[in-house]
Amino acid sequence: MATMTDPPEQSFRLSQLIYDTRYRSLTIQVVAMILLALALSWLVSNTVQNLAALGKDFDFGFLWQPSGYDINQRLVEYDSQSTHGRAALVGILNTILVAILGCSLATVLGVIAGVLRLSNNWLVSRLMAVYVEGFRNVPLLLWIVLIFALMTEATPQPRAFRADDGPSMLMGESVAVTNRGVYIPNLVFTRSLGGNEVAAPEPEEEEPTSSGLSGTYGGSRISTGGSGVSTGQSSDASDSSGDGAAASGEGEVVPTSSGWDWLLILGVLFAGIAGARYVSKKATEKQEATGKRPTTAPIQAGLILIPLIAVLVILGAQLNKPVLGGFNFDGGLHLRNSLIALWLALSLYTGAFIAEIVRGGILAINKGQTEAAYALGLRPGTTMNLVILPQALRVIIPPLISQYLNLTKNSSLAIAVGYMDARSTLGGITINQTGRELEGMLLLGLFYLVLSLVISSFMNIYNATVKLKER
Amino acid sequence: MSEVHSESSLAYVRETMVDQKEPPLSQTGAYRWIHENLFSGWLNVILTLGSLWFIWVVLSHLVPWAALGIWDAGSLAQCREIRNDLYGAGSDVACWAVIAERWPQLLFGFYPRDLYWRPVLAFVIFFIAIAPVLFSSLPRKALFGSMAAPFVIYWLIWGGSLWGPVAVAAGFVLGWAIMNYAGPKVGVLPAILASIVVPLLYWFFVAGPLAGALSSVVPLRLTNVESNDIGGFMLALIIGISGILLSLPLGVVLALGRQSDMFIINKCSIAFIEIIRGVPLIVWLFTASLLLNYFLPPGTNFDLMLRVIIMVTLFASAYIAEVVRGGLAALPKGQYEAADALGLDYWKSMRLIILPQALKIAIPGIVNTFIGLFKDTTLVVFIGLLDPIGLSNSIRASTEWNGIYWELFVFIGLCFFLFCFGMGRYSLYLEKKLRREHN
Repeated sequence: MATMTDPPEQSFRLSQLIYDTRYRSLTIQVVAMILLALALSWLVSNTVQNLAALGKDFDFGFLWQPSGYDINQRLVEYDSQSTHGRAALVGILNTILVAILGCSLATVLGVIAGVLRLSNNWLVSRLMAVYVEGFRNVPLLLWIVLIFALMTEATPQPRAFRADDGPSMLMGESVAVTNRGVYIPNLVFTRSLGGNEVAAPEPEEEEPTSSGLSGTYGGSRISTGGSGVSTGQSSDASDSSGDGAAASGEGEVVPTSSGWDWLLILGVLFAGIAGARYVSKKATEKQEATGKRPTTAPIQAGLILIPLIAVLVILGAQLNKPVLGGFNFDGGLHLRNSLIALWLALSLYTGAFIAEIVRGGILAINKGQTEAAYALGLRPGTTMNLVILPQALRVIIPPLISQYLNLTKNSSLAIAVGYMDARSTLGGITINQTGRELEGMLLLGLFYLVLSLVISSFMNIYNATVKLKER
Repeated sequence: MSEVHSESSLAYVRETMVDQKEPPLSQTGAYRWIHENLFSGWLNVILTLGSLWFIWVVLSHLVPWAALGIWDAGSLAQCREIRNDLYGAGSDVACWAVIAERWPQLLFGFYPRDLYWRPVLAFVIFFIAIAPVLFSSLPRKALFGSMAAPFVIYWLIWGGSLWGPVAVAAGFVLGWAIMNYAGPKVGVLPAILASIVVPLLYWFFVAGPLAGALSSVVPLRLTNVESNDIGGFMLALIIGISGILLSLPLGVVLALGRQSDMFIINKCSIAFIEIIRGVPLIVWLFTASLLLNYFLPPGTNFDLMLRVIIMVTLFASAYIAEVVRGGLAALPKGQYEAADALGLDYWKSMRLIILPQALKIAIPGIVNTFIGLFKDTTLVVFIGLLDPIGLSNSIRASTEWNGIYWELFVFIGLCFFLFCFGMGRYSLYLEKKLRREHN
């Protein structure tokens, strides 16, 4: 442009808008803008007309009206008198729960399958190839339906456990796989933080005692509510039993659990891990200064385990095993078939994709890297940690992000098994009851969009920390 | 050297070469292979034994169940009777009779039985038409036949008058003719505009009456079949194939838009791609079935299947756009600069230099998207279309086959596996064929 002589004082001609490259892109953009605006206004005017014809308005007020339907699985307090907004929140939390569970298990499965597919063992690598190809080439929906059918059709009824020759509980009488779901033991505390507050004369109703993961799979609440002798693992039961204990003076302590307990345990765990990382950082500094690395493993293990065990002892933790009572199991944690089928299917399906990503990432690292590391005298373990993995992660992480996103979005297939996720509550029953398709679908789409953006931005931050640092 | 030795008669000097020895038994044949591949260390021994146990458990249940299966029965109860007679009560064998009896339904849904030849013929035509596109060794002239195929296939499957599809196809011919013959005379840009506007006007105002007039003169009619009657794998294939064919060009255009320097085009493409990708397909399908009527003029109501095809196409095109963008980004900048240096305009440089290379890089991703799209066609069951899984539910709801699960799942899963695995293999073939590096 700089070499161009000044254009002669030429009057602007209209044809330049089309034939002059300086103006053409502007013309195209203005035309595109006008077309877009026309299309949008056409859509909006149609929508307004249609809404008027149906006598509807555009209003999000329904979110504050009572919902009038029950949700069988919830992570926060909810009943049929709660608002539609709260029902949406329950669904959103359920979506996030299955997404987190699924991503964790899928990563584990995918890494194992990906590494084993590269194994020298002919049989194992072929087996993993069958797993990967089998799950990748069959629709996820079919897997979800199949696993759900497997869980409900091929497992015994709870009362079958009563018979002597019937099925028995697994893992030392603590896990029961039934056609109503899987019952596993959960942790309860005799000196629960929530329980202490309940023992006071005026228990606070609004306290979010059940915001933790435990005892909130509403089914256990329903099942224990019916039978007279409740083991009291759910927060409602803990409230009532607390009242009972207060009324009868020095009653027997009913073990319970609350969100605060879990918050404390998680806090202590994270503090321990942070301490262990600090120790390891110090050790690295010392190694760089003196060339000798002090042994850190026992200190690290102690830093994580000792406070954790101490907190568990102080809280008086004990395992609450499911016990067969009446026609169903009481106590413990009730994982519904819908959750398990969705979780397993999502994990197995996405795990097959992750296996291919992991395999590709490892294959992408030149064999010379391993040989160079051996030539430097590094051991195989150190070679893996310091040379191969950091390079393979650069290749693995970006496609892994999109697999996590896919899993999260695929969790909307919960509809096939009746798991109450965001689509089933906000985008399903709420829409059916209020007739607000437009608002409901808009909110639902917005939720998924925001969730996707949040996940991808978090993973992008992580990706930035592992990617190649170029100067 | 050898001469020296041959002349000497030292006892310890060998005069002839020793024959090669057979390698020891542990280093040859099956023994060596088994040792190296299955039992080379304690970890491998454990893995091998574990896998053998797993394979044994799975096969010992699956093979008798599948192989002893009963193929000839009218209902599940009858199936169980036959089983009790043959193998004793309670034995676990498959009841393949449900497939034997209901496979036409699984393939065609509720398509009229006496008209099955039409979809079959349509799919034969499809495979003949797609062959010249997939395999470049076939004559190029056959591509003209491929272009006509969609209209014939539409006519065969849905029926009605042949003149409808012909009138629609004439619009495309019109646009092509304007582009080809008027282009050199009036310039490229007006020709493009004309080749878009004239066919649109033709479709809106001329095509309908023209088709009506022609069919009143020569009625080439087939019995009409409603979209609601189409189901099973036929539905999955129709949605999948139309989605695949339509989403590729749209995806390429979106990818180019995202790479564009023009601010508005660029931002619009990004917004479209990210919004479509951020929301699950199932939500888009519900949008298509619940909300589309809000956005269209009052009184419009069009086929649910068409809506689904449009939604699936838009959805897949956003994913393809990202894959193609990856291919575009992977090209060295020199290719773009070389194209500019040759004096090619934007579309020519894209068509002749950039896209052929970028698409080649993007092939695995594109085929993966297609496989995903084909698998996702099962989701239409939630908005009331009868795809194979939906049909399996309705078969199970009938009194004869109430309570049958695994046989249907196995059959549907195997069919999907064959299609998707085949597509994956074709992508490997294409990658190998297009590879230009020396190796």
